[in-house]
Amino acid sequence: MTQPNAKLHPGLNLGHHHGEAHNQAETVVFGFWVFLMSDLILFGLTFASYITLANNMGMASGPTPADIIDLVNVFAQTVLLLVSSLTFGVASLTMRHKMPAKVTIAWLGLSLVLGLAFLGLAALDFLNMANQGAVPSRSGYLSGLWSLVGLHAVHVTAGCFWIMIMIAQIAVLGLHPIVKSRVLRLGLFWHFLDIVWIGIFSIVYLGGLL
Amino acid sequence: MRNPDFKAELRAYLLGFGLALALTVVPFAVVVFGPGTQGLAIILITLCALAQLVVQLRYFLHLDLSEQKREDLHLVLFTVLLLGIMSIGTIWILGNLAIRM
Repeated sequence: MTQPNAKLHPGLNLGHHHGEAHNQAETVVFGFWVFLMSDLILFGLTFASYITLANNMGMASGPTPADIIDLVNVFAQTVLLLVSSLTFGVASLTMRHKMPAKVTIAWLGLSLVLGLAFLGLAALDFLNMANQGAVPSRSGYLSGLWSLVGLHAVHVTAGCFWIMIMIAQIAVLGLHPIVKSRVLRLGLFWHFLDIVWIGIFSIVYLGGLL
Repeated sequence: MRNPDFKAELRAYLLGFGLALALTVVPFAVVVFGPGTQGLAIILITLCALAQLVVQLRYFLHLDLSEQKREDLHLVLFTVLLLGIMSIGTIWILGNLAIRM
């Protein structure tokens, strides 16, 4: 037997007061960490190829970071994603503490709105770059930037769809053990994306401007 | 564990959020207001990013060194090792080639 307070898996645990749903979470959450770690390799190597291209040779006399980076927009994106990570944390907590399903849905909905706002600003940023001719085919540096930031945006888009699906599942099925386990894993994914964003704003945007 | 304390756990999330926000504002301020040299700014941004990484792992992902299955920790550490070898190797080799061009 494990200790009563021992965590079964990394990440927020439902807790023993959830009985079966908590005990069954161990295997699937471990599997989800395996996925997250493979995703981390994908992001890490995309970062590595970006870094090898972000130099004078890679910029090929094209737009430089100072020409294309809109720091106000990037800061707004950063704050939106961070607040969204917090509101998702609150959603997970309301579920862990067995609050009414509509409370969890409300916090998930707020996280979704913030995630969509992030994507809106990201799209605006991409459009502004494209209008200045800073398209991926212009230089190696821009290819690296579009792939890395684009890869993250695709992940956030997938996360937004996943939140919509989970809201629908909670509304239809209620907080069923399987649904709780899925929300738990979505939470890991959502927090993971915010961690990747730390690397993006530090290396691509702030590092680029120095 | 029968009745976990919601408020205490919420406070932990808010603390993590506050720390992460501060560690975000500082590097942006360093770049916008630009005090000090470029080298100093790079060190500050790197330290803030690493600190925020730890804060988010600790407060949002609840990944720490406390009682939990060792396999999970092994998984994370092994992934970081592989990623380190591959990404540092890539940056090193291609950076070296770029200098020689």
